[in-house]
Amino acid sequence: MIQSIDYAAIASPLILALVAGLVLLLDVFLPRRPGTRAVLGYVTLAGVLAALAVVAAQAVQGARLATFCVPARPAGPLRPREEPAACSFIVDDLTLIFAGVILATAVVIVLLSMTQLARTPAPAAVRTSLDPSLSTPANTGSTSASSGPTPTSTGPTPASARPIPASAGPTPAGTGPVHAATRPIPAGEWYFLLLCALTGAVTLPASRDLIMLVVALELVSLPVFALTALKRYDARASEAALKLFLVSVVSTAIMLFGVSLLYGLTGSVHLERIAASLNAPLSAMTAAGPVTTDATSAAALSATAVPATAVPAVVLTVAVVLVLAGFAFKVAAVPFHFWAADVYQGAPVPVAALLSVISKAAGFAGLILVLTIALAGQSGLWAPIVAVLAALTMTVGNLLALRQRHAVRLLAWSSVAQSGYILAALSVAGKTAAAASIAYLVIYAAMNVGAFAVVMAAGRAGERNELEDYRGLAFREPFSALALAFFLICLAGLPPGLAGLFAKVVVFREIVQGGDGLLAVVMAVNTVIGLYYYIAWTARLFTPAVAPGAKPAGRGAIRPAVIAVAVALVVSLAFSVAPQIVLSAAG
Amino acid sequence: MSVVLIALLAVPLAGAVLLLLTRAEPPRWYGAAVSGLTLAAAVALAVAFDPGRAGRAQFQVDRPWIPGLALRFHLGLDGISLPLVLLTALLTFLCFVYLTRHRPEGGRFRALVFTLLILEVGMIGTFLALDLLLFFVFFEIVLVPMYFVIAVWGGAGRGPAAVKFILYTLLGSAVLLLGLLLIWVHTGTLDMVRLAEAHGSGIPRAAQVLAFLAVGLGLAVKAPMWPLHTWLPAAHTEAPTVGSVLLAAVLLKMGTYGFARVAIPVLPEGAAVVAPWLGAFAVAGIVYGSLACLAQRDLKRMIAYSSVGHMGFVLLGLATLTPVGINAALFGNIAHGLITGLLFFVVGAIKERYGTSEMSRLGGGLLTRLPYIGSLLTFAAVASLGVPGLAGFWGEMLALLGAFHPAPTQPRPLFLTFMAIGGLGTVLTAAYFLLMLSRVTHGHPTEPVRSPEPLPPPDPAPSSERTLPAEPGSSSGYGLPSELGSSGPHGLPAEPGPERSGVEQEPLVALAETGTEPRVRVSARPGEPAATGVPSESAASGVPSEPSKAPVEPAAEETAAAGGEDSWSAAPERDAATRETVEREVSLAGAGKGTVPPGPPVVSGRPRDLTPYELAAWTPLVALTLALGLWPKLLLSLTDPAVQAFLGVR
Repeated sequence: MIQSIDYAAIASPLILALVAGLVLLLDVFLPRRPGTRAVLGYVTLAGVLAALAVVAAQAVQGARLATFCVPARPAGPLRPREEPAACSFIVDDLTLIFAGVILATAVVIVLLSMTQLARTPAPAAVRTSLDPSLSTPANTGSTSASSGPTPTSTGPTPASARPIPASAGPTPAGTGPVHAATRPIPAGEWYFLLLCALTGAVTLPASRDLIMLVVALELVSLPVFALTALKRYDARASEAALKLFLVSVVSTAIMLFGVSLLYGLTGSVHLERIAASLNAPLSAMTAAGPVTTDATSAAALSATAVPATAVPAVVLTVAVVLVLAGFAFKVAAVPFHFWAADVYQGAPVPVAALLSVISKAAGFAGLILVLTIALAGQSGLWAPIVAVLAALTMTVGNLLALRQRHAVRLLAWSSVAQSGYILAALSVAGKTAAAASIAYLVIYAAMNVGAFAVVMAAGRAGERNELEDYRGLAFREPFSALALAFFLICLAGLPPGLAGLFAKVVVFREIVQGGDGLLAVVMAVNTVIGLYYYIAWTARLFTPAVAPGAKPAGRGAIRPAVIAVAVALVVSLAFSVAPQIVLSAAG
Repeated sequence: MSVVLIALLAVPLAGAVLLLLTRAEPPRWYGAAVSGLTLAAAVALAVAFDPGRAGRAQFQVDRPWIPGLALRFHLGLDGISLPLVLLTALLTFLCFVYLTRHRPEGGRFRALVFTLLILEVGMIGTFLALDLLLFFVFFEIVLVPMYFVIAVWGGAGRGPAAVKFILYTLLGSAVLLLGLLLIWVHTGTLDMVRLAEAHGSGIPRAAQVLAFLAVGLGLAVKAPMWPLHTWLPAAHTEAPTVGSVLLAAVLLKMGTYGFARVAIPVLPEGAAVVAPWLGAFAVAGIVYGSLACLAQRDLKRMIAYSSVGHMGFVLLGLATLTPVGINAALFGNIAHGLITGLLFFVVGAIKERYGTSEMSRLGGGLLTRLPYIGSLLTFAAVASLGVPGLAGFWGEMLALLGAFHPAPTQPRPLFLTFMAIGGLGTVLTAAYFLLMLSRVTHGHPTEPVRSPEPLPPPDPAPSSERTLPAEPGSSSGYGLPSELGSSGPHGLPAEPGPERSGVEQEPLVALAETGTEPRVRVSARPGEPAATGVPSESAASGVPSEPSKAPVEPAAEETAAAGGEDSWSAAPERDAATRETVEREVSLAGAGKGTVPPGPPVVSGRPRDLTPYELAAWTPLVALTLALGLWPKLLLSLTDPAVQAFLGVR
């Protein structure tokens, strides 16, 4: 069978992939001059913008594009019923809004990356000579010259990878690692990996079969391990990368198990065909094969109000739970959340932003696709699970965030909590529910990436990036401080951060409408808990510093990050004034 | 006229945005000018308001804002909201008038003006909104500015107080939102006008009860209703004077207004079920507030608790579900806003002068020491305890009357009990206010906190002393904000130091007795240009104008007799005269040196009585308290038609 590929449909991931290759080539062939890194950054930025333009054009055009299709097949001896035509790659409203969010966020992240990469070669040569043991690459314990090798991180298994005390901690976004001075983060690899992850992230919301979903999800995840570890010889970064790798691989394995069960149950990988097969009338079931009719499955069938299906209910339940668990890892939902803070803190700030927004958006895209297309008829089965996950996620995330003193760790747990709000809307299981959670995700993306951008712009190299370091920021850098205050208040969901408020209202409305009063109350309480740490951080910005802070780093190095902050701020303000943009796009 | 309605929100908002755009320190009349414009708009609306149709929303503005949420930008004024809008605009204006001279500690005047203007937007918007979600949005807008007012410009325990305030009220608002959404789910509309006209039809009884509980809980936290009031004393005690005034006079009203506007008209069946409980909590609040007041040693805290009691009367009026009771509640709202606003102003002024509001340390005989302020305190206290002829009386009396004849759905014996307990509460209210007056205004004029040296560490109450009393030559007090522009590198509060005494001035005696302009000498600090005084400025604003000239003179004589330490006797005058100079100096010095001299009306021997700015800020409150007390129909004729319409009596 010869596939005809609609290149217009796959234009945006294609552009990203080609630019990724181009960046790699340029990195090889361009002379090693200081300007080269910036050139690579601009090429990446151009690629992302081009992909974003394609997405925008597709959105304006409004056409539904599909490619990688298989034709309909009539019922035959092996097939109990006719299989409709199905496509693996579909560009529709859902695809476009996710792709738009991901690419717009990517613009900010590329800008942050330019700051990160420009910042890396910082003066640390003296330290190298002071501590000769650091020159061996095997010694991953070199966190900073002052604290010396940290004992905890020599055996980077998840069990031993507890957070290093902050007092002896290295600088996650800074120049602490001595070898970062001699070996800066390689720009070519960085941008290549970033573009690969973006390719996956843009492909994922367009995927309409399980294989493609898994492949795209892996394409998002795999480059991120490497990106996290690119700060070589930084113990915390290595630890973070390994932790992320292990967690991600485990979650992929779990999800693959669930996916294979789904495939085995339904005989198809296309989401629509799965849905059709699961919702098939009972008569087809007997033709499909033997059915377990033991008491438990019958009970499960009736209890979960699953319509009479062709598949054993227990197996289906297991498959659904496994798939959910796999995605829960990706979106850092409780109880699969524990990696978040350590990884966010260890990774460079742009990668943390990528993880908290793009990776999360991709995860939610996959989750929404699977739940609302393939398992649409099984909402009685998964909705309670999602509701419990949501309640746990927001509560645990908020409670953990309360105790944080490190800016990025706080954002990590807060983004876990925010995942809970997104899941909460999803748990209502309806067409508008998915729209509500997408709307929340879009607004969340703008405000959260903005917060990360300020952390990048204001968290100067060499500082610990603790919350205390933000004390009095309003007097040193009024723009950054006001922007951060706005983002935080948005995240808390209070005016003047109307975007966050309306996002929460949308979710609340969905839950109240769905009649899940308990979840609504849990979320209301969580909003208050969340407010505490957001407002505490915001208040620090305006509290005079005990000692006058260091002068801001050089303007030149900061500028892309400041542009990133400005972009996020403008978008958040627009969402605050006219949230209808998001609501109509998502709905 | 609907343009003017929008202007009520747009003017303060534009004023705030303007502050954000410029980096220069605003002139000190800026806030007063912006809020004065807003007040003018409010007065214009009041004039154009048709009292014959007070039951209907007038000057409506209705535009779609977020169709996805069915949220409309729907504003309007009726007989219930008009008085509250006027009260808000007036009090904000008066606060700004007061602020032109009496700035709280914490500096950053520009930020304070910005915060208060945003607060004004939220407060006025809450009273104007005719869309449930819009109401909620405005209701929430006040949270963050008020948090910062307390947390930045507050007293010693400001941090925890601010956090307590925002957490309590946000928890209330979250529950309130759930209740509002529940209403929306059942009716499909957020339009308050339509919902009020429907009188709850379309919402099943169980849902009404549930929604009333949720909405009521959210509003009760704000009101505050006992036992949800515990955030209030801390917030009031720690907030700066203007914060306390706005908190008591306006923010609390948002809760009770919500009951009258949303909860009772939209959910009548739910209200009927919950009202006995509401009444019970209300009378519990009345008695509890009064008893707590009796136990207070701090004036500010006492007034905060008295608010709990007064809001108890308001809630009792609401709980009766009768036109009389709800009119009483709305009247009580306004009266409490005026009187408690005045009380907080006066107590703030006392705290400013003596550095404490602790009754035991203030000593007695305030009427002798500061006759004008003492009289005003007496007036406000007497008004607050509900003496007939003043505004405070009608709210309480009508609420008790309402409880005498509650709505037919309500158990009358229960409400008669409430009435009896509420009557007891009025006695207790009188008791604590009279006790306070006997302690503070009467008695021997002892001045235990006035001493040339800095005080020894104060007794355990942590909130009492952040402001040390002035010491000659190097006092701190409140005065100019240490940091006159946020362009300064850091906002450390100015530290008292010897360099502060760089400005010296002839005693006030010369001024008061001869009428000549004060001669101001500015001894320049090293490296800075010597600047001379600005006599015209001092003549214009520093010297009290005619009505308030008299109170100054005893002080002046006293200081003349007191002898050599009197170079600080004319603090306000010196303040006025040298402020320009000082500002220039400070801006030259980079705003960080803490060289700003204080401008308190504090003298070494005796603090100054009423200043012109205080007089200007307080006179309207006194006048309105008298006017409403003597002519309650003025207000009741506005609120009554709206209340009748809400209850469906007509």
